Amino acid sequence: MSIDTAPTVSATALDATSGAATRRDILHRLLMTLGPILAALVIAGCILLAVGVDPLAYYGYVLEKGLFSPLGIQQTLTRMAPLLFLAAGLIVAFRAGMWNLGGDGQFLLGAVTAAASAPVFVQLMPAWLALICSFLIAAVVAMIWSLVPALLRAYQGVNEIITTLMMTFLGTSLANVLVKLVFRDPGTTVPQTRTLPVEDRLPRLFDTTITSGLLLGLAAIIIVHLVMTRTAFGLKLRIVGANPRAAVHAGLGVPGLTIAVFAISAGLAGLAGAVDIIGVQGNVRADWNPAYGLAVIPAVFLARMNGFAAIGFVFLLSVLSIGGESAARRLGVPNHFTLVLVSIVLIVLALAEYIDHRYNQSRKA
Amino acid sequence: MSSLSSSSVAARDIVALEGVTKRFPGIVANDSIDLSIRPGEVHVLLGENGAGKSTLIGMLSGLLQPDEGRILVDGKPTPITSPRHALALGIGTVFQHMMLVPALTVAENLLLGGPWWQRPRTGELEARVAEITRSLGITVKLHAKVSELSLGEQQQVEILRAMVRNSRLLILDESTSMLTPKGIDELGALMRRLVEQGLAIVFITHKLKEAAAFGDRISVLKLGRKVGEIPPERFRALGEQAIISEIVELMFGKQKDDPEAVERPIRTVRAEAAPLLQVADLAVAPTDNAPGLSSISFDIRPGEILGIAGIDGNGQKQLAEALAGQRAATGGSVRLEGVAIEALSVGERRRRGLRYLTDDRLGEGTVGTFPVSINFFLKQVGAAPFWRNGFEQRAEIDKRAAQLVREYDVRTPSLKTPVARLSGGNIQKVLLARELAEGAKVVIFNKPTYGLDLANTLASRQRIRDTAARGLAVLLISTDLEELLSICDRIAVIANGALVGTVENVDDARTKVGRLMIGLAA
Repeated sequence: MSIDTAPTVSATALDATSGAATRRDILHRLLMTLGPILAALVIAGCILLAVGVDPLAYYGYVLEKGLFSPLGIQQTLTRMAPLLFLAAGLIVAFRAGMWNLGGDGQFLLGAVTAAASAPVFVQLMPAWLALICSFLIAAVVAMIWSLVPALLRAYQGVNEIITTLMMTFLGTSLANVLVKLVFRDPGTTVPQTRTLPVEDRLPRLFDTTITSGLLLGLAAIIIVHLVMTRTAFGLKLRIVGANPRAAVHAGLGVPGLTIAVFAISAGLAGLAGAVDIIGVQGNVRADWNPAYGLAVIPAVFLARMNGFAAIGFVFLLSVLSIGGESAARRLGVPNHFTLVLVSIVLIVLALAEYIDHRYNQSRKA
Repeated sequence: MSSLSSSSVAARDIVALEGVTKRFPGIVANDSIDLSIRPGEVHVLLGENGAGKSTLIGMLSGLLQPDEGRILVDGKPTPITSPRHALALGIGTVFQHMMLVPALTVAENLLLGGPWWQRPRTGELEARVAEITRSLGITVKLHAKVSELSLGEQQQVEILRAMVRNSRLLILDESTSMLTPKGIDELGALMRRLVEQGLAIVFITHKLKEAAAFGDRISVLKLGRKVGEIPPERFRALGEQAIISEIVELMFGKQKDDPEAVERPIRTVRAEAAPLLQVADLAVAPTDNAPGLSSISFDIRPGEILGIAGIDGNGQKQLAEALAGQRAATGGSVRLEGVAIEALSVGERRRRGLRYLTDDRLGEGTVGTFPVSINFFLKQVGAAPFWRNGFEQRAEIDKRAAQLVREYDVRTPSLKTPVARLSGGNIQKVLLARELAEGAKVVIFNKPTYGLDLANTLASRQRIRDTAARGLAVLLISTDLEELLSICDRIAVIANGALVGTVENVDDARTKVGRLMIGLAA
């Protein structure tokens, strides 16, 4: 008797209490994220003090330029567009347990193809169709670039961390070669691709300088999040990521899914390149490599591969990089101090996670 | 035999276990075990997988601590706190898997573990090794790289390492499992010389012939309990065949007051019914660490339970995986309801009604971090009504999952609980619910009660009987002979990837299967 009823009772009872539990969970998570970020800001401030820079002035400039000045916030939001696409691509890959670290190569090849194709297409067809075609070509080229690591991982079990990193070096070089030799604009002395006229680029939002690519980026990352959490396809990818042997046991076609993951991840990285070119830059200069691909990785990790949280962290990253550039110029701090700051945040977060884990363990014991 | 003189002289135990018990969540791995280990004796520990041999070794070598009972070293109760402490006490262990660094030379391996602030004392070592090898009559190439040595030579190096560290007690864990027959004979001779020098040896094996050939004293473990011991006096009095049959009796004989002993209800399988599963000449290529399969053939009729008995690691897992489609077969045919399925994928075979309940519940059966509810449907991802147009129907999933939780009595705090947080028995219930749900025709159970407590073991066995009673064909792979005898209609014995015989489960099946398992004709 009691055996029959016990599970039902406990199941419903726990569902009732789980609401409170998740709220406490979210609070705990928020504390565990914001606390370490504050601690990291203090540590970074100490480093700034040590090199003779007033940390308050530095943070003040960062916030002023990156967040509070009208021009700065517009730049920040514009910068988010490619970063969101990259983050979306990384979420797919990381959730499926595949470490696509080749984002930069895929990004640049996407950017170069978009830059090369868009000015040609706009002369052949209506602008909206031309832009769509450029986007598609950029995505396809980036996908092709990921094919080698994908096939090696799917059929030979070769570690994709190594292969994607190697392909990213080749990819950045190839992008350069393409700009200098193949798609070079004969009308300029500096090596760069032909420039897409401003009126043919992605429209700006309202009366601001914010690119509408931001909306595309937001849409991409939200769609990716929903696909990963709500659909059968997303669940299959998550099974492969969480326990590849269970995926084989459950009869999933792991090699096919692996290739799909790489294609989607690289395709989104290619779109990131395209949105930056078609929306903002208008052309690709030789040796241009903003290295967004690597910069986004910490943000995705901090967000624990959650799409909505990733939007927040990408915003933070944009503020830091736009504000950091300006603060660096004014205070004589190296531009790369932004990266130092981000890495301190990551290390402190990891430490906090470890301490929290130990604390939970000891409380259980 | 010199062991006769030495054992009578040094009758005192080097190491003794008194009532040692070790529990793991859900399992009693060792249940109040007494053991005395004496100098000049090869003490054979015999038992099947899961009998508790490894746990016992873990406690002797300082890796594990007993929950109850005590370990005496030289007559004094001594907790062995760490592997380093065990070495200091003179207990050296040669583990089943080689623990040498392949890229280093033999000498370098022997010097590992010395104080880090000292230069390695190569000269001292060479003198010491020369002395030991001369007395044992073996040769060891000190400057050869370990990766260039054969497995037998590597084992000699491991034994030598224990000797260099002045071990008085040498534990050999399944040391013959990777050796050639010649290597096994050499190891036997080496053990004999070592005990002649006054060493004590604990030799773990599940091969009866080795136990009878190399031992002075035999202790038999079964499901964590010590079920019998043959002391040296009796050992010498009996012939090899007599010893083997006594051990078979100890290992496979019926225990008194065994709570698992249930009379098998007599069921009649309709002999005229067409077989649901027909396997003919199934073959699988061997891999580096697993045996292959060769010409496996059997039929299972509806309502019939065919058992596969055998010592673990003789191709049971390969058989299950080949049938389920997870492992490529190199030949043969598998027919489900008369239709060939050997070329179909895992998913397609499942859709046609072939179900595989894996023994590796957390490794491949479930995704530990996913909620219980999703784990019920891991093999149906995308299928209606739980997914529509590719979108998850949370309500449908939760409704059906709650139903399964009730039906299979899964004790879980909630449907959202990560499945890895459940006990082994409840994880098994999740798997049972998943595999036995609608559409099943043939079910392969691989070690379905391995590691479960008694209540869950009995519940799982009842599920298997019920499954067959519903008219399904059941293949039950188990290393627990008791289990097979209490459930199966027929029992086939697997050894080295081939079926060596099939026995109807009547009167003397126990003895027949036992004899087949150790390589004798039924």
